[in-house]
Amino acid sequence: MKEIVIDPITRLEGHGKITIFLNDQGNVENAYLQVPELRGFERFCEGRRAEDLPIITTRICGVCPVAHHMAGAKAVDAAFNVEPTETAKKLRELEYCGYFIYDHILHFYFLGGPDFVVGPDASPAKRNILGVIEKAGLEIGKEVIKHRAYGQRITEIIGGKATHPVSALPGGMAKALSEEDRQEIEKMVRSCVEFAKFSLKLFDDIVLRNVDYVKLIKSEPYALKTYYMGTVDKNNKVNFYDGDVRVVDQENNEFVKFVPSEYLDIIEEHVEPWTYVKLPYLKKVGWKGLMAGPDSGIYRVGPLGRLNAAEGMATPIAQKEYERMYKTLGGKPVHATLAFHWARLIELMYAAERALELVSDKEITNKDIRNKPGKPGEGVGIVEAARGTLIHHYQLDEKALAKKVNLVVATTHNAPGICMSIKNAAKGLIRNGKVSDGLLNMVEMAFRAYDPCFACATHFAIGQMSLEVKIYDNEKRLLKTIRR
Amino acid sequence: MGKKEKLKFAFYWAASCGGCEIAVLDVNEKILDIVARADIVFWPVAMDIKYKDVEAFPDKYIDVCFFNGAIRTEEQEYMAKLLRKKSKVLVAFGSCACDGCVVGLANLWNKETIFERAYSETPSTENPNFVTPKTFLKIKEGDLELPEFYDTVKTLAQTVDVDYFLSGCPPPVPLIIQAVEAIFNNKLPPKGSVLMPKKSVCDECPREKKDKHLSEIKRIYEIEDDGKTCFWDQGVVCMGPATRAGCGAQCPKINMPCTGCGGPGPRVKDQGAAAVSALASIATGPEVVNQAVDPIGTFYKYSLAHSILRRKVMKK
Repeated sequence: MKEIVIDPITRLEGHGKITIFLNDQGNVENAYLQVPELRGFERFCEGRRAEDLPIITTRICGVCPVAHHMAGAKAVDAAFNVEPTETAKKLRELEYCGYFIYDHILHFYFLGGPDFVVGPDASPAKRNILGVIEKAGLEIGKEVIKHRAYGQRITEIIGGKATHPVSALPGGMAKALSEEDRQEIEKMVRSCVEFAKFSLKLFDDIVLRNVDYVKLIKSEPYALKTYYMGTVDKNNKVNFYDGDVRVVDQENNEFVKFVPSEYLDIIEEHVEPWTYVKLPYLKKVGWKGLMAGPDSGIYRVGPLGRLNAAEGMATPIAQKEYERMYKTLGGKPVHATLAFHWARLIELMYAAERALELVSDKEITNKDIRNKPGKPGEGVGIVEAARGTLIHHYQLDEKALAKKVNLVVATTHNAPGICMSIKNAAKGLIRNGKVSDGLLNMVEMAFRAYDPCFACATHFAIGQMSLEVKIYDNEKRLLKTIRR
Repeated sequence: MGKKEKLKFAFYWAASCGGCEIAVLDVNEKILDIVARADIVFWPVAMDIKYKDVEAFPDKYIDVCFFNGAIRTEEQEYMAKLLRKKSKVLVAFGSCACDGCVVGLANLWNKETIFERAYSETPSTENPNFVTPKTFLKIKEGDLELPEFYDTVKTLAQTVDVDYFLSGCPPPVPLIIQAVEAIFNNKLPPKGSVLMPKKSVCDECPREKKDKHLSEIKRIYEIEDDGKTCFWDQGVVCMGPATRAGCGAQCPKINMPCTGCGGPGPRVKDQGAAAVSALASIATGPEVVNQAVDPIGTFYKYSLAHSILRRKVMKK
């Protein structure tokens, strides 16, 4: 049996690797995404002060700390049986939109987007932010850097720090927003709305007007028929900060809709000895191994998961784009993994529009930002991280110290889907022992669409992915190495 | 360091969250100045250089290596040793590399108890046979390997010789720019220096200090903060006095106490001990000190691995 190790060395060496095994006919037997690191937050959060949990858990991931901060804050709210004030909720959501703005820009322009903007066949040396600038122009490059920094700045103003914010505490927020800061945010947000429109147009011009790209998006190796999960508001529209969690099946029927405290009835996690990351699945359907379809409990989260799991977007421009995406790709749900990129830009649009609504709200500068916490108990907090549903579950003792902590992080939900997408992409490109040189690009595109942030388990989120494929024969002799 | 030839920089991450890398990105357009004056020869997040290439570098090939993350697995230890050998100057970058950060709180446990929680006990985990990740696994298709997970988290300086320290979670962007400037201008301080201001967070904090005696410890969510008075004067534990400055007291400015991410302040050996002695010096009696719940998580949140305590002794 042949073994192909794709060591995405530069960003994954030590932090993740893909191993593909071929069967005796030289076709793909199985693909493993190995996450080789664990830090043990669920254990060492035990004994900590409740108010520290939203601060400690941000260190799970420096790319999406705001998501952990907010999931943690909502879990302690629930544990203390306190509902934050309306203004506090709006402030948190506004900060949260700032986070989505910088994170989605980071992914589209720096990480995943170059595949499309510069082109899947372009030289790897060009498939990065510099390549994007070269193709789109220096002025646009500056706009990209500016608007990513705006997102960080919004987070910093409300959260206290851009990376690892601290201002959400049980019952609300530590500081009200000043009118001066509100104006600064409004200015940035208005600019972000225009930038999101521009980004969608760029995607339209470069990707959607290119028949080959659209064909690629719709192609079989990139389709995966799974369940989808995401948080929705009362009208079943996408919401990042709050709501019920909705799951749809492969045919767009609602499978279940649950409130955070019910998550243990819905989700279970499976353990495999070849990776440090756990593999979640829908409890009622069960774990059937790495397979798609209605009989397998595997589901996907993140931008495409959210759009599939919802019935629309709550802001006008994003809603129009939502309708266009489903019309173009043949109705709901969309199973095409590469559509994650498009969904991400629609969410960028929504984040900017929603931020503008919030920052224009008269209540946003109210001083009423905290309610008094009740007695400590147990609570679950769920938000949508940029990469998908994020669950924090805390049990507190009578001194408000953490007794038990459970965390199901965004990229973990997608780990089974990522493994299967890699396998499918590899299947299309490895036939009878012959490995196409395009393998690297295609496998890379398959999992980069998810924007996997394994800082939440390990790290491979930032920058240009570099890969090495090693092909061994039955006797473990190295036959061929493809690197770049 | 010669002026004619471009300097060679390297960045590496071990057990960390990626936030230090984001902090480097947050220098925004200044990254272009840096690239103009230095070649980045190894940066796993951004470049196509493999371990093998680093192994092939001559010794001391890299002028300055910025190393973030703590040492938690055998692979991270290997990379720390390799990069030490290949670098003239090794900078412990960020709280994890300098002090162990919150990841170091895992030293209250060991591998076995961490695995137990992660892979068995957690209520969403369904694992009746207690399957755990294995460093070497034979499956029907072939062999799969994972790096060994250690019992104890170590800082970089507990693993290899370190030249400079720049802590913070993440390191404040102005300090990163300052450090890089110092490197370019050949103005680095003596080996072993901390590349941060010789001040504590209190020195940068605008809150008014009344130096009142402390008769009761309160939790941050229990007080009505006025936004102006020192947290200690309001009964809330604040790590400011024991913590290195450079952040501009960002947390107190947003009405949250300092939790200590900058690491030990100047002239402070053990950050937690310094904070406890600050508390003891203003407490009206020993019963007040005893009101401090979770002393390890409060006073050693970012520095347990680096501290005199270092880890909990586990009875076998």
